Amino acid sequence: MVVQELDSEILPLDPEAIEMSLLFEGIYQRYGYDFRDYGKAHAKRRIMHRLAISGINSVSELQHKVLYDETFFHQLLQDLSINTTEMFRDPDFFLSIREQVIPVLKTYPFIKIWHAGCSSGEEVYSMAILLKEEGLLNRTQIYATDFNPAVLQKAKEAIYPVNLMKDYTRNYIKSGGKNSFSEYYNARYDSAIMKNILKENIVFADHNLVTDSVFGEMNLIMCRNTLIYFNKSLQDKVVGLFRDSLVSGGFLCLGSKESITFSPHNIYFEPVVAKHKIFRLKY
Amino acid sequence: MSFEYTIPYDAIVIGASAGGLDALGIFLPMLDERLPVPVLIVQHISASSDSFIITYFDRLCKLRVKEAEEKEILKAGHVYFAPPDYHLLVESDKSISLSNEEKVNYSRPSIDVLFETASWAFGNKLIGIILTGANWDGASGCELIRKSGGMVIVQDPKTASIARMPESVIERFKPDYVLPLQEIGPLINSIFFPTPTQ
Repeated sequence: MVVQELDSEILPLDPEAIEMSLLFEGIYQRYGYDFRDYGKAHAKRRIMHRLAISGINSVSELQHKVLYDETFFHQLLQDLSINTTEMFRDPDFFLSIREQVIPVLKTYPFIKIWHAGCSSGEEVYSMAILLKEEGLLNRTQIYATDFNPAVLQKAKEAIYPVNLMKDYTRNYIKSGGKNSFSEYYNARYDSAIMKNILKENIVFADHNLVTDSVFGEMNLIMCRNTLIYFNKSLQDKVVGLFRDSLVSGGFLCLGSKESITFSPHNIYFEPVVAKHKIFRLKY
Repeated sequence: MSFEYTIPYDAIVIGASAGGLDALGIFLPMLDERLPVPVLIVQHISASSDSFIITYFDRLCKLRVKEAEEKEILKAGHVYFAPPDYHLLVESDKSISLSNEEKVNYSRPSIDVLFETASWAFGNKLIGIILTGANWDGASGCELIRKSGGMVIVQDPKTASIARMPESVIERFKPDYVLPLQEIGPLINSIFFPTPTQ
């Protein structure tokens, strides 16, 4: 019998790297969540963190627990999901939307916006406020999606700690806000609840950018600080998904350190506000 | 005169906090322009800062100074600063990742995040340097660098404008070097250029 030897050049030498890749393969096969093409350093940090606090000795041991214990898997899912967000995060970005994008959207009779990777909804409500002030909210449908059911539930509830409202108000003013930010929420005890009028045209839905497909004919797609967690090939795939989901002339808004310059899809887009990563699908 | 030698280390990571801009202003210009490895820096800085420090240090240094960009491949002789409000991570293929996950040690960027991922990527071929600062970010990252066989250099707390950060490393273990700021640059140069090359 001849056992073919693998080229040692292509073998990952680090056993921990092998464990990590087996773990993500296992999670994908068992639960359908696909982290195989996530940035490795980031994923490893999150896994190591879970190892440290749960007293598990190795990634292989953790893999066994993940495969057999669904509750534990959902804990790990929270570890792997990044939920850093705030209202009107990067106020200058929202100012650019107001000044450069809204005038174009105003020419459409009906507007569809997809907020991909919406996390707990802070930016979704920021956008709804902006659209309301520009008189567009009642003819806009916003689809807010995330792969993490726990944060999606938070987004639907729209209840945020009231002590954050001071920072959010500052962001809102910097972003060109036209009213008083406190008009958009009711404060009770330690919580601020966003007003229902903002929610009327928002549909929250479970959607996984890695495993799910094209989403409607969108006029604008917001996906900020999600692509940075993906490796190059997955980034390319997701930008392709956005391209297929946009109407001609539709807008794509990415995070401040994200880019499509190196993506093969780049030729189909043109920058609108390069500094704030606002692109437009060419006609 | 020419000779061959193996480059003893593959990268340098630096962490600095309060007082760090002044310290880096002294340390970075001392580095030899032929430095054969990349330098990655986390300087704690306000989330809303602009790119002023990049322009400032690029003018000051012989090496090329830039803000770290997502998926960029590290190049020798380049100095990469973590962008404000993003963690800087190194991948095993020696490329850069950025992340805006939660703060670590109340910091984003965090020194520990850079040191830990750089240690995974470079193992015993990494030099970690901790300069002045008022918290303990970087101490656990330094310990990992040491455990992986890399070198740890700490600014002598007596000479740091804020001693807390160097001290927090020294409290955990004995670093390879504890030096006044002015001696760290020459040490780095002597590591990579062991004999005079006139």
